Amino acid sequence: MNKVQIIGTGSYLPEKVVSNFDLAEIVDTSDEWISSRTGIKERRISEGENTSDLATKAALNAIENSKINPEDIDLIVLGTLTPDSFMPSTACIVQKNIGAVNATCFDISAACTGFIFAMDIATQFIKTGRSKVALIIGAETLSKVVNWNDRNTCVLFADGAGAAVLKAGNENSIIATYSGSEGAKGNHLTCDSMPVKNPYVKEKNIFAVDENCSTIKMDGKEIFKFAVNIIIQSINELLQIAELKIEDIKYIIPHQANTRIIDFTAKKLGVPKSKFFINLDKYGNTSAASVAIALDEMSRAGMLKKGDKILLVGFGGGLTYGGTIIQW
Amino acid sequence: MVKRENQEEILVIFEKIKKIIVEHLRIDEEEVKMETSFDDLVMDSLDLFQIIIEIEEQFDIRIEEPEKIKTVLDAVEFVRNGIK
Repeated sequence: MNKVQIIGTGSYLPEKVVSNFDLAEIVDTSDEWISSRTGIKERRISEGENTSDLATKAALNAIENSKINPEDIDLIVLGTLTPDSFMPSTACIVQKNIGAVNATCFDISAACTGFIFAMDIATQFIKTGRSKVALIIGAETLSKVVNWNDRNTCVLFADGAGAAVLKAGNENSIIATYSGSEGAKGNHLTCDSMPVKNPYVKEKNIFAVDENCSTIKMDGKEIFKFAVNIIIQSINELLQIAELKIEDIKYIIPHQANTRIIDFTAKKLGVPKSKFFINLDKYGNTSAASVAIALDEMSRAGMLKKGDKILLVGFGGGLTYGGTIIQW
Repeated sequence: MVKRENQEEILVIFEKIKKIIVEHLRIDEEEVKMETSFDDLVMDSLDLFQIIIEIEEQFDIRIEEPEKIKTVLDAVEFVRNGIK
């Protein structure tokens, strides 16, 4: 089995900053309401850039950081729930944009766990020798699937992209992976695609389109409960796989959904909150991009030293969950 | 007439729930009475989720419709019915 190294990271956030005060002008809400319930202060919202545009900029950023050429990449795995199109995949659009002509490219649909799943897939490809240099991306334009009239959800979600380059190498960066899915609970967090419409569909008004059809709908209570339980379960499983203790982990990078989820998880785990890296105050919930953006931000801020062990953990629509322990 | 053993059971559950609420919201014990409404305790829906998760774990039950819990007494009744 080959060893898998993380050789670089990148990210890109749209320029437009939308504060809680800005949102209070659109929907009936307030900075106090949003901050106290979510920890979010501001987020970035696309002024027209699509998911592939954000993903391309994050990818180029990661390629530059990794000191590789786009032609070196033989695999692109992109996690998103907001692809540009049904076809081509966003990964293929990124391939064209960056000139990664030698890569096999595909998207994966794992919602907020997208980057974690992408990292796991690329890791397996590299371990078995199927890939030598893999580009993994988490990218979202959630602003296009948010119901901007629903004050309970439109304040949470935002746009952004993060990427990392994985390479077969002499040292092993990925020391444990864990994942799972609970499809039976999928109805708690949804975003519908197109309804079935063709000349043979029996229902009336077959071409009527519900304007809220493709928007995010969430049962906050169920997701809160799921998130807290699954973060704890994932952390415990990962530590067991890696034969490590929580004290061995320098930082936990959770999916940036809600600071109250992170606070409660930290309390139940008996771990200081400072172990959890949080940037959702600036970026909101960017789904598949959140962990990737956080990893890049920490790396560039010099927070990660060689040998540090970092635990990434994601959870979200599907429902899906998973995590990775990285040795930097 | 409520049977004596039922009264005792209610009191035991109440004390445990009170402890969870007091610890979570960091308030005085005197503020939590059987008839206290959760709205009066100045908490938001996320506090209620957290208190319910703690109650579920403590009593090893599942509360399906937490939105129906308005008062501390409601929570006690949910737990009693859940245990049975």
